[in-house]
Amino acid sequence: MSPRITQKIAFSLLFLVSLVVFIPVLFIIGILVSKGAAALTWEFIFSMPKDGMRGGGILPAIVGTLLIVLCSISIALPVGILAAVYLNEYAKDNLLTRIIQLSIVNLAGVPSIIYGLFGLAFFVIMLNLGVSVIAGALTLAIMELPSIITTTRNSLNNVPASFREVSLSLGVSRWQTIRRVVLPNALPGIMTGAILSIARIAGETAPILFTAAAFYVPHLPHSLSEQVMALPYHLYVISTQIPNMPEKITYGTALILVLLVLILSFTVIILRIFFRKRYKW
Amino acid sequence: MAILTVTNLDLFYGAFHALKAITMMIEEKKITAIIGPSGCGKSTLLRMFNRMNDTIENIRITGEVCLDGKNIYNMKTEREIDRLRRKVGMVFQRPNPFPLSIFENVAFGLRIHKKAKGQVLKEIVEASLKAVLLWDDLKHKLKTSSLRLTLEQQQRLCIARVLAVKPDVILLDEPCSSLDPIATRRIEELMIELKKQYTILLVTHNMQQAARISDDTGFMLLGKLIEFGQTSCIFTNPREKETVDYITGRYG
Ligand SMILES: Nc1ncnc2c1ncn2[C@@H]1O[C@H](COP(=O)(O)OP(=O)(O)OP(=O)(O)O)[C@@H](O)[C@H]1O
Ligand SMILES: [Mg+2]
Repeated sequence: MSPRITQKIAFSLLFLVSLVVFIPVLFIIGILVSKGAAALTWEFIFSMPKDGMRGGGILPAIVGTLLIVLCSISIALPVGILAAVYLNEYAKDNLLTRIIQLSIVNLAGVPSIIYGLFGLAFFVIMLNLGVSVIAGALTLAIMELPSIITTTRNSLNNVPASFREVSLSLGVSRWQTIRRVVLPNALPGIMTGAILSIARIAGETAPILFTAAAFYVPHLPHSLSEQVMALPYHLYVISTQIPNMPEKITYGTALILVLLVLILSFTVIILRIFFRKRYKW
Repeated sequence: MAILTVTNLDLFYGAFHALKAITMMIEEKKITAIIGPSGCGKSTLLRMFNRMNDTIENIRITGEVCLDGKNIYNMKTEREIDRLRRKVGMVFQRPNPFPLSIFENVAFGLRIHKKAKGQVLKEIVEASLKAVLLWDDLKHKLKTSSLRLTLEQQQRLCIARVLAVKPDVILLDEPCSSLDPIATRRIEELMIELKKQYTILLVTHNMQQAARISDDTGFMLLGKLIEFGQTSCIFTNPREKETVDYITGRYG
């Protein structure tokens, strides 16, 4: 076979494989939209559930998920970034550092239900936070830390070494070099990591099952120490626990969850563009 | 007068002996060139003067490097070292402006050191850009990204960035190696202009460059400073056989 033909075959194969990845995504979105779009009304988004959750809206679940996700990311992001900066820029290569790195790798592989149980034992019971937004957010934050640390470290490593070198050679201290040169340059990468985290957190059920989520709360939360409804758990509840559930409500809820993740991600992307402008990158 | 003196300096990268018993004196407001084949330790030596070798792990240094009579390797705190680096600026081989505007590149050090802001900052930026002969060309586009400039302009900008923090000594590590011959000549003229106010240490691969613009020249080979003296002597009447071989092109 001539190299030309081999190349053609190889490229066609690669194309087919990427198609295989793409088709399920289209399929999911297609099903959600075709079955759930009919449910998307202002009332559905902005009102309380009615008739044993078979009617009305899902506002408490939307608000609950938003609260949990935003709290969790605003805990996990700063902690993760600081930890990554320390590990990358300051930590000496010794036993302690290696143990920390090893635990980060291992934490990433722990199943999410284990985080849920840990959250229950530690935050809910030991720290006496109760089943609450804050307990769920902390649990999710811990679950997200490994990936935030890893993506942050990768973006820190991608900042050209020459930038650090120039900055230091101008008499700028190590800390200022990190703050003024390294972090701004790493920011787009860090934000991408944040987007991925948000997308993952928003859909997680197991970690909030025992720590934050409530079966049914007919009002909006007044504080972070209350339990809330959350979209992924609500979805589980209405698709398995409640008989005679109108299909469009189930799919509508799923569609809202996907849209919520999209909106949050776009917000981060816009923030990213804003930061880029600010640093004139 | 000597502004920098090096006494019996040895440097090891792990087990590798990269600088061997270097002793030299660098005169104030002159251009001192360091020449030698690739890998002989020129950059390593240059990075001794602003303690940039400190960032490398597993390094061992003995001997003295004195700036204005004070051994810079006696400095203990990072603050002192940061201050030293403001006095001893460095220009690198590849032009490496930050991906910021032209203005922000020059203002970078001053802003962080909180040495100037507002009108004063603008004036220093202007003076620095004038000193490297960029001002007339760029004064109307100070806000554009520095990455749009030509390589020569970028290298000038890097020099201006160093000048803005008001150093006494400027270290240049093969500053022309990524430039074409015409740009190279213009940077050389700039260095001659700069030596009126600054002490300049220049590492170069280019012997003609050393011969053209330097006052003193040191020739290095395998970590040793083989010969050091007035440029005219080194090039017309070298004492050591290795120097003769190198400048007549018989080495490597
Ligand atoms: N960080 C390092 N760790 C170990 N060895 C190093 C390190 N940096 C440089 N060396 C070695 O030290 C020697 C001198 O290196 P240096 O960069 O000073 O040479 P140079 O004269 O500047 O060469 P060139 O002309 O190619 O720039 C080389 O053999 C190099 O391999
Ligand atoms: Mg070199």
